[in-house]
Amino acid sequence: MAQELEAIFQKHKRERSSLISVLQEVQYKLGYLSPEAIAEIARFLKISESEIYGVATFYAQFRFTRPGEHEIKVCLGTACHVRGGERILEEMERELDIQAGGVTPDYKFSLEKVACFGSCALAPVMVVGKEVHGRMDPNRAKKIIRALR
Amino acid sequence: MDKMKLTIDGREVSVRRGAKVLEAAQEADIYIPTLCNHPELEPYGGCRMCLVEIEKMRGFPPACSTPAAEGMVVKTVTPELTKLRQSVLELLLTEHPHPCLTCHRKELCGPFDVCLRSVSVTERCVVCPKNKRCQLKDVARYIGLDEVSLPYTSRGLPIHTEDPCYDRDYDLCILCGRCVRVCDEVVGASALAFVHRGSQALVGTAFGQPLTESGCVFCGACVEACPTGTLMEKDGRWAGLPDRTITTICNYCGVGCQLRLAIKDNRILRVHPDPQGPSNKGLACSKGKFGLDFVHHPDRLTKPLIKRDGKFQEATWEEALSLVVQRLSQYEGDSFAMVTSAKATNEDNYVMQKFARETMGTNNVDHCARLCHAPTVAGLAQTLGSGAMTNSIADLAQAKTILVIGSNTTATHPVIGFQVRRLARKEQANLLVADPREIDLVRDSTLWLRQRSGTDVALLMGMARVILDEGLADMDFVRERCENFEAFQESLQAFDLETVSQTTGIPAQDIARAARLYATQKPSAILYAMGITQHSHGTDNVMASSNLALLTGNIGVPGAGVNPLRGHSNVQGACDMGGLPNVYPGYQSVGNPEARAKFEAGWGCSLPDKPGLTLMEMWDAALDGRLKAVYLVGENPVLSDADASHVEKALKNLEFLVVQDIFLTETARLADVVLPAATFAEKDGTFTNTERRVQRLRIAVLSPGEARPDWLITCQIAQRMGAMGFDFQNPEEIMEEIARLTPSYGGISYPRLESGGLQWPCPTPDHPGTPILHVGRFTRGKGWLAPLRYRPSEELPDKEYPLVLTTARLAHHFHTGTMTRKAKGLAQLRNEELAEVNPQDAERLGIQSGDAIYVASRRGRVTARARVTEDIPFGEVAMSFHFAETATNMLTNPALDPLSKMPEFKVCAVKVGKAT
Ligand code: SF4
Ligand code: SF4
Ligand code: SF4
Ligand code: FES
Ligand code: FES
Repeated sequence: MAQELEAIFQKHKRERSSLISVLQEVQYKLGYLSPEAIAEIARFLKISESEIYGVATFYAQFRFTRPGEHEIKVCLGTACHVRGGERILEEMERELDIQAGGVTPDYKFSLEKVACFGSCALAPVMVVGKEVHGRMDPNRAKKIIRALR
Repeated sequence: MDKMKLTIDGREVSVRRGAKVLEAAQEADIYIPTLCNHPELEPYGGCRMCLVEIEKMRGFPPACSTPAAEGMVVKTVTPELTKLRQSVLELLLTEHPHPCLTCHRKELCGPFDVCLRSVSVTERCVVCPKNKRCQLKDVARYIGLDEVSLPYTSRGLPIHTEDPCYDRDYDLCILCGRCVRVCDEVVGASALAFVHRGSQALVGTAFGQPLTESGCVFCGACVEACPTGTLMEKDGRWAGLPDRTITTICNYCGVGCQLRLAIKDNRILRVHPDPQGPSNKGLACSKGKFGLDFVHHPDRLTKPLIKRDGKFQEATWEEALSLVVQRLSQYEGDSFAMVTSAKATNEDNYVMQKFARETMGTNNVDHCARLCHAPTVAGLAQTLGSGAMTNSIADLAQAKTILVIGSNTTATHPVIGFQVRRLARKEQANLLVADPREIDLVRDSTLWLRQRSGTDVALLMGMARVILDEGLADMDFVRERCENFEAFQESLQAFDLETVSQTTGIPAQDIARAARLYATQKPSAILYAMGITQHSHGTDNVMASSNLALLTGNIGVPGAGVNPLRGHSNVQGACDMGGLPNVYPGYQSVGNPEARAKFEAGWGCSLPDKPGLTLMEMWDAALDGRLKAVYLVGENPVLSDADASHVEKALKNLEFLVVQDIFLTETARLADVVLPAATFAEKDGTFTNTERRVQRLRIAVLSPGEARPDWLITCQIAQRMGAMGFDFQNPEEIMEEIARLTPSYGGISYPRLESGGLQWPCPTPDHPGTPILHVGRFTRGKGWLAPLRYRPSEELPDKEYPLVLTTARLAHHFHTGTMTRKAKGLAQLRNEELAEVNPQDAERLGIQSGDAIYVASRRGRVTARARVTEDIPFGEVAMSFHFAETATNMLTNPALDPLSKMPEFKVCAVKVGKAT
């Protein structure tokens, strides 16, 4: 990690205004903002870890847990909600034995809920990695996951 | 000052230009409800509670952030405003437990009353630790909200109790941001931040880590600033309201923070730094805010102890005093020595040195100032004429450049450290940090000069050379106010940039840049501490600092000066009071016949004219039998002095040792008689802080058992020995005598101190005190430029002892830990030595963080756990001496500075390895 961060730091000025772009690049590189990464950024930019975390949590784009190999996102937007998105999420939580926002201990799967993918016509929607699965039901969702195990 | 007039609620108000509407209202005692505003912080305008109506202005501007203007007409109470404020408050209270806030029978209710309003989470004010001190409640009552139409929904957040010192119950948080802002703007730690957003928004740390992991320095400023019960001290959390509050002065470092002690049932319930405190303005550090519970520690000495057959037995005062008197009368003259205390008051110290000189007939008086600022006293007396901080703490705000050299200010003098950091962060001043260790201040510095330990003379003289070579010196100042310039200039020959860079290990361009900033961005202030003085060339270091100031005219003006930061709460006072072997109170030399005649007349006795022994000389004299009896007050040389095993041997060799202290210290264990003393919280008196400010201590609690104030014990011994002039009824009478005999304290009296402290010199009762020394004229006449030569430290690393040990301090502990380790919160923050080792050295030695290691020098060997860190440079090791289990001063080198007799604490050669 140290080297990857160092490479990112090289490209930036050591000042407050670099914060957001450093955060974005670190997330892009490492997939998330780990406590260790934030500590390093704090050291580089001379801003406290709490402050950086405060800024980062203000934006929805940042995540703070290591994503799984397969990122699963279940939509709970209005259309999906009406068509049973909730039940799909529950099924996934049961199947993977983790809560939304969590990751399996082997870092194979992580689970998140999101609000609308813009594919409402296909509701309810579940996205695995970059692949969008429409017209889900709990059973089919389970099968998709099992196929990845 | 320039004032302007405006009308508030029909009343004419005049206020300083630049003030906000809120300040104008407060000036006229008109209450405007506020929540997010705080006097020490920038206006924030977040809570919308302070809305007012202003003629010719649209809407309802917030009073806290709207500038007042000439002729403005403001209304603070109108039906619209009340409605507006009620709805803002109502919204706020949907997330804060409010049953009690809106209850009509709140005056009648008590904690265990059954209440139908009580919701399932029984968070009611009557069970809140902040009850009756809460600002939200004040605001709610003023606004008069009778009902909140929306239900209260608890966020059900866990209470953070994982940290020492204070708890955080964010269910009570109203997100006013005062904690976040005070931590960022004032303290500069930024340990707290707003995290998450929208309805999830909260105050917290990165990843919800404990505060101990988040850079918090436990200064408690956030707790003080919080208007609600969210942030609460652990101690006395449920103890309710105090019986009374006493204003006094902190007993730890020389900043001299004014503290308000909340007292209940003869105990210190909580400590509140006083916003009126001249040196601290509402701030404190972990030691002052959370470290005063040692006062109530069960190990306090409560009865005199007499050692019989090697064991201590409790005795009555009568027995103990008569034994002391009987034994001491055998040692009148130079076989006796008195060690006074930098933790005791001026009055205590005055009486002690008077006892030694008048009653015992010896000038053998010294105290631990020998081990901190003796080189300052010697060096600055020679160059400027007065060995004290030239300027005031508040003065720093006017500095354009601040050079911090050999002072880990945020650890040793935190409240001054916060101020320096704040100025650097706001870019009001350039901050130059010269320190081998990567101390906290480095993070906010303009330039970090990482000199090798012990090469300060080279660095400072190198800077002086650059200043002269580049024509940046203030030659008018040098011509008019200084002397010895030619000899000084001559000695600069040896300090060309290249040599200096090689000696110090600092890149030449950094030295030059530092010199230019210091000389051109004026006024420039120098702050220094033990990193300058604790060397065998400590006096040279001090004089090198004053050279720099003299050469650039940075003296006698606000925001400049040479400012030694003094360690103990009253080390300045102990020196002022003549707790030194060569001077009477007020630095009047014992060798000066006039001064001696004055004290002989004042005390009605004849006095010895030969200066006495210094501290380290006392131990030598004890070993060879010249010194036979010692009366030692409030010191712990067995841990604090260099080459500690030597000191212990010396003390054991005495025929009679009396120790007067609050705990049975490592030193007290060696005594024949131990006398129980009162703490700072149990006595009246005065301390003189590092900026020469004499401030009043007041009795806050009664002493446990039979402990007595130091001045009283010494007076009782003296009286029993038949001495005259010790029949003081109280410390005030002692101060009257001090003022009579000490010109610089001539105008100081208790009635005057009631309205804040006074900075000496204060020669007459109508003199306002002296915030800045040497204005227009130096105390010694002309400033003396000192020609210097670089002398390496006495003991340099070699094959056998390849590393340099430098001693350091931790923020949460003080000196030998006698008091701080008995403070619960502080002991939780850190309770063991961690020797700092550079990663490269660690790798070579096969050491990892947490490993048990030994550190050995030619004099001794100690063990500790290691902390591997870049903070310490390659080839060096840093340790504190706060922990008796790791008695670092067993290792240090007693090589003395020739002028001041300061031992070389900061540099000695050691070897390090894994402990087996
Ligand atoms: S105690 Fe001091 S450093 Fe810690 S969070 Fe509070 S204000 Fe900040
Ligand atoms: S913890 Fe206290 S000071 Fe901080 S935001 Fe909450 S209520 Fe305000
Ligand atoms: S130790 Fe010093 S800075 Fe801390 S509260 Fe006491 S006087 Fe103030
Ligand atoms: S609501 Fe699920 S995709 Fe739009
Ligand atoms: S006090 Fe003015 S907006 Fe909070």
